[in-house]
Amino acid sequence: MIWKEILIRYGELTTKGRNRKDFIHRLKMNIKYIFSDIAPLTIRAERDRMYIQLDNEHQYEVLMEKLPEVFGIQSFSPVAICDSNMDSIKALSLQVMDQYKDKEITFKVEVHRADKTFPLKSHDIQNEVGAHVLRHFENISVNVKQPDVELRIEIRKDATYVMAQIVYGAGGMPVGSNGKSLLMLSGGIDSPVAGYLLMKRGVRFDAIHFFSPPYTSEQSLQKVKDLANELTKFGCSIRLHVIPFTELQVLIKDTVPENLLMTTTRRMMLKIADRVREEIGALGIITGESLGQVASQTLESLTAINDVTTTPILRPLISFDKLDIINIAEKIGTYETSIRPYEDCCTVFTPASPKTRPQIRRVSYFESFQDFDEYIERAVKNREIYAFPEKKVKEEKFKDLL
Amino acid sequence: MKESIIYFDNSATTKPYDEILHTFIEVNKHYYANPASIHSFGVEVNELLNAARTQIAGILQTEPKNVLFTSGGTESNNFAIFGVAKENTHIGKHIITSEIEHASVLEAMKSLEREGYEIDYLSVNHDGVISIEELRQKIRKDTVLVSIMHVNNEVGSIQPIEEAAQTIHQHSRAIFHVDAVQSFGKLPVHFHGETSPDIVSISGHKIHGLKGTGVVAFKRKLRVAPFIVGGGQEFGLRSGTVAVPQAVSLAKAIRIAEENQQQNYAKFKKWHDELIDFLNTYQEHIHVLSTKNGAPHILSFSVRDLKGEVIINALQNRNVFVSTSSACSSKQKKTSHVVEALEVESAFKNGVIRISFGAKNTNEEIQAFKNIFAEMMKELKGVNK
Repeated sequence: MIWKEILIRYGELTTKGRNRKDFIHRLKMNIKYIFSDIAPLTIRAERDRMYIQLDNEHQYEVLMEKLPEVFGIQSFSPVAICDSNMDSIKALSLQVMDQYKDKEITFKVEVHRADKTFPLKSHDIQNEVGAHVLRHFENISVNVKQPDVELRIEIRKDATYVMAQIVYGAGGMPVGSNGKSLLMLSGGIDSPVAGYLLMKRGVRFDAIHFFSPPYTSEQSLQKVKDLANELTKFGCSIRLHVIPFTELQVLIKDTVPENLLMTTTRRMMLKIADRVREEIGALGIITGESLGQVASQTLESLTAINDVTTTPILRPLISFDKLDIINIAEKIGTYETSIRPYEDCCTVFTPASPKTRPQIRRVSYFESFQDFDEYIERAVKNREIYAFPEKKVKEEKFKDLL
Repeated sequence: MKESIIYFDNSATTKPYDEILHTFIEVNKHYYANPASIHSFGVEVNELLNAARTQIAGILQTEPKNVLFTSGGTESNNFAIFGVAKENTHIGKHIITSEIEHASVLEAMKSLEREGYEIDYLSVNHDGVISIEELRQKIRKDTVLVSIMHVNNEVGSIQPIEEAAQTIHQHSRAIFHVDAVQSFGKLPVHFHGETSPDIVSISGHKIHGLKGTGVVAFKRKLRVAPFIVGGGQEFGLRSGTVAVPQAVSLAKAIRIAEENQQQNYAKFKKWHDELIDFLNTYQEHIHVLSTKNGAPHILSFSVRDLKGEVIINALQNRNVFVSTSSACSSKQKKTSHVVEALEVESAFKNGVIRISFGAKNTNEEIQAFKNIFAEMMKELKGVNK
């Protein structure tokens, strides 16, 4: 293998002034964390770029496959290294361009001569290497204005670095660089996507789920756990808070009129989420709500539900069409899990015709007949917390059979 | 059957490993729930099924969702061919295959031909190998599928799969299916890199697994028509309650075959070369169809003016079991299409015998076979070396 390291260009963080150092450090730690199975990785972080040293082909393959999913990376390139003399540089340039030998492409040579003692000038190196490549590949031609491929040669004192391929990264910011929130994870298609999008903006989060046995099954809880586990592949660990919700849900059903059931249920959920958020020191609450998708997501409903807290509620999907959300879910691999056919807490007590325009005044009036605080307190206190990513126990279990 | 037999018909089928029978029984005993049931027992069985699928996907280097369990090689081949052909009529109805494919491919092609598809058959040279140049010439704009076997079941010729993949992918949008029933476990088979096929078929009973087990695996998500319709199992492509014990035992057979692939290759190769040299000492009396470049576990040859059946009988009287060309077509009287395609001289046409090795064969058996064969030649042909 000719590749000696991978060069990473930072995403948006190049524009961020003072926090830059933190961001770069965060990205480095995230990469170490995500690729812990091919450890140890030697990573050199500089002001503008980061370099991952490649010790074997396996590391190269894994990194090339998974780096495009890591947030905070604008693009990356595999880099080959040789001695700083023209013969080696020309030979290595051919090896680097070899990957394009079957394609019709245009290219140009870009030389960066950091070592000013190198005998040839940049322009001469460009000419010589360019001509050498053209002689060897019939299908490659030159276009200096808009080349398909830029063959980049950096001549430094210690060695010369040659690269051509540029792979685009996921963009965004390193997870954890933008504070912590709490994600309301129902088990549907939307909420994992909402979590993913905020993770892309550098937010890390815990997740909260409302569990109502026996109305909802262990399998539906397992589905939520699997979703939380799947989201960890984008570079952070996630804790899942499972709230025992049956008692409160039944109580709500007995207290408010049927058409307000949904609104009040959501308000209680948000109250509980807000309590948990406070306890874990998170700043915002993330939901997968999309305007007008269902009765609880009309602007009137959102207002009535939001009324119970002043905490910022982050709704990254608010303007998304369902199909766009599904596309993202498929892309990030949560869709298949989300569509497993189990009841979730939202679907169990759904009234036939919920109010799409609930009035806060009326909702508060009916809720005033019952003191919910004690129940909320208990639900928060009795919650169970699971940590992800999960260790692979299942595979061990079937090991004898397989 | 007696214990002392020499079983050299492993390309017809193999003896299952004990540990695979064990898996089959254990799964039937303890994990008999339907993996589609939503109760926790069903969920657990589904987890087991997924673990089996994931294990196979890992070995073939694809995603678990691209691995479908079938009833064996024939179904896998049928599925791949019909599935791709029927779902891509908007691109075209032209298909390329070779003239020495297994019946499960050729018959599927004939059936499509009757439905109005256009099929081109690649010829083979005397060693039973296709030409990439001919493939290149036959590829058209409306070619939707190319199906080429990795290792021929009758003579063991190996097709240049990597070059074929490169040619197909460079010059068309066609999907490349490879029947790897005879090659898996003997040669590397996987979806790694750009020179790999898009679909492969694998059968369990050729690798010391159970009869009635197989997979068809895809490199990436492809548009294919469902093969069996009903309850939507196997991602909606092959309905019917999934046979979890079969699937799990297949995952195990595939793992063992993959782990032993290089070792078996070396072992078979040595025997293969040794027996070819041995048979060649009979000079004009024996024609060896297989070459040393072919698959190491299949060795075809024929004895001048002697019917295959006669040799089989003579050998089985001495407890050696071999077969005439392929087991599937060996009950038919006419000369096999593969032998025809190789243009074998007429004196050798009717007596093609196939020896095929398996993981359970031993070096002693190879040596014993040489003696038994020499004895037989003396008796039937009066030939002393």
